[in-house]
Amino acid sequence: MFTGFMMNAWTIATIVAVVGGVVGFFVVLRGSAFTAHAIPKGAFAGAAGANLVGLNTLLGLAVFSLLAALGIGSLGRRGRHDVVTALALVMMLALGALFLSRSTEYEPEIFALLFGEVLGVSTSEILPVALLGGLCLAGVAFLYRPLMYSSVVPEVAEARGVSRNRMEMAFLVTIAIATAMTVPVVGALLIFSLMIGPPAAARSFTDRPLFAIVLSVVLSLVTVWTAIASSYLTNWPVGFFVGSFSACCYGLGRAWATWRQHRVVNKPAPEFIVA
Amino acid sequence: MHRIFEAGFFSSEPVRVALWIGALIAVVSALVGMFTVMRGQSFGGHALTDVSTAGGSGALLIGMAPLAGFVAGGVLGAGVMEAIGVRRARGRDLATGIALGAATGFAALFLYLDTTTGATTGASQQILFGSIFVLQSSTIPYVIIFGGVALCLIVFLYRPLLLSSVNDEMARARGVPVRTVGALYMLALAIAVGLSSLVIGTILSTALLIGPPAVALRLTKQMRWAIVLAVLIGIGATWLGVLLAYDSYYWGSAKNGWPVSFFIVAIVFVTYLASGLPRVFSGKRQAVPELVDPNLVVGHLDA
Repeated sequence: MFTGFMMNAWTIATIVAVVGGVVGFFVVLRGSAFTAHAIPKGAFAGAAGANLVGLNTLLGLAVFSLLAALGIGSLGRRGRHDVVTALALVMMLALGALFLSRSTEYEPEIFALLFGEVLGVSTSEILPVALLGGLCLAGVAFLYRPLMYSSVVPEVAEARGVSRNRMEMAFLVTIAIATAMTVPVVGALLIFSLMIGPPAAARSFTDRPLFAIVLSVVLSLVTVWTAIASSYLTNWPVGFFVGSFSACCYGLGRAWATWRQHRVVNKPAPEFIVA
Repeated sequence: MHRIFEAGFFSSEPVRVALWIGALIAVVSALVGMFTVMRGQSFGGHALTDVSTAGGSGALLIGMAPLAGFVAGGVLGAGVMEAIGVRRARGRDLATGIALGAATGFAALFLYLDTTTGATTGASQQILFGSIFVLQSSTIPYVIIFGGVALCLIVFLYRPLLLSSVNDEMARARGVPVRTVGALYMLALAIAVGLSSLVIGTILSTALLIGPPAVALRLTKQMRWAIVLAVLIGIGATWLGVLLAYDSYYWGSAKNGWPVSFFIVAIVFVTYLASGLPRVFSGKRQAVPELVDPNLVVGHLDA
């Protein structure tokens, strides 16, 4: 389990889990679950397009996820956010359908892009993923305070000169980078599940932001590691385990939150205090 | 004439079926989608398409008809979302995301098992991108029945649903059983979405559900006009898409058509972008009228 190509899988999955845990914390905090789903899934079209014209898949993914992020960000200002996200997503998927129909791509490739092929990672893929992951984390660290401010108390942040639109854009671009680095190795599904399940659970367990981020990273690491081990043992797709383990994380978090404040579930969760 | 309608467009059986079924699905999607957009449940509507994918691939695995799995998966997913969904929009998004992630995981597993155990090739492409041209005539009665059920639910729920979508508290104060109405509405949504993702693929299903109603709500504030407009846009986009896809077989030398879902989605998307233009040119945002009577004005539901 820890030899040869499996070591690549462990390394990549660890990087992805750390980035997913950190970025996901803000996804949950800002309530951008739909965006976090739309960008990776739409970026899939970029991979198909790059394949069609014979370019590097990573390039196609990067271009499309950035386009998606900027498109959703700028259109979302005028229209309703969820509507714009849905339409941008289907438009990109439709482009993907077009590219696929033009090319001679065969089925397993598509499957891998959607559901991940973490067990088939080559050594040469580690460096770009690590670089993009580092870029992502650096971006979040750099934006940490204003992003936190604008996520929790947007009006106050605006009054203090933190533009909500600019923060939204910066955050969308961060998601886009995280997407571009992860989709080719782990699939659109894995990164989405990691950005939602563990961070949401972490939020239920603690109200302190930094601690919640650490907890979110730990939970996503545990999720990914157990998923890879299970996938190795059963030969089933890794996406299945990541998806269901993430849901389990969330379930545990919800159960904990209900038990702790065993009053009505509808009571709004306590908001974060900016550290 | 025959530049626009390539030879055999009207006499071709698959085209005729595609036009009629496409129109039916466009009508159901526009009606159901109107409330999806108003309630801000675009994510839920989209997620249900993926959830029903899991149902469809699961049904394939145990040798059942995919249609049953699609609808069952959608209904089950809607039930889970409704059960764990909290009131606040943010929490609801999260619950939707979790259900979606888990369901996609199952879809991955089922598709993997489908391809390793059975001889079903092309499953994921078919389910995702579907084609309206390869409808089997045996599924058509089911499409009509399920579409009819969804339509009846919406017509039956129309007034309480509209009230609770526009103003939840007012509906509650007037004694509307908000939760029941919401749950029944989710049922209609699940049926509509499960059905249309089987017939036209996951992508198109979302596009027809969200696109036309969003455009209509941008153009008019009157509910009745909005519904009529959404239905017309839906049918128009579907028919134009089918026509273009049919014609595309004759473009270039290679007899290789472009996917119909691409055309329909592109038309819907462009229409949505165009519907925002009047506001861009007028320079300022129009003041949105306050809600007086849900029958007359749905002002703050500006899509």
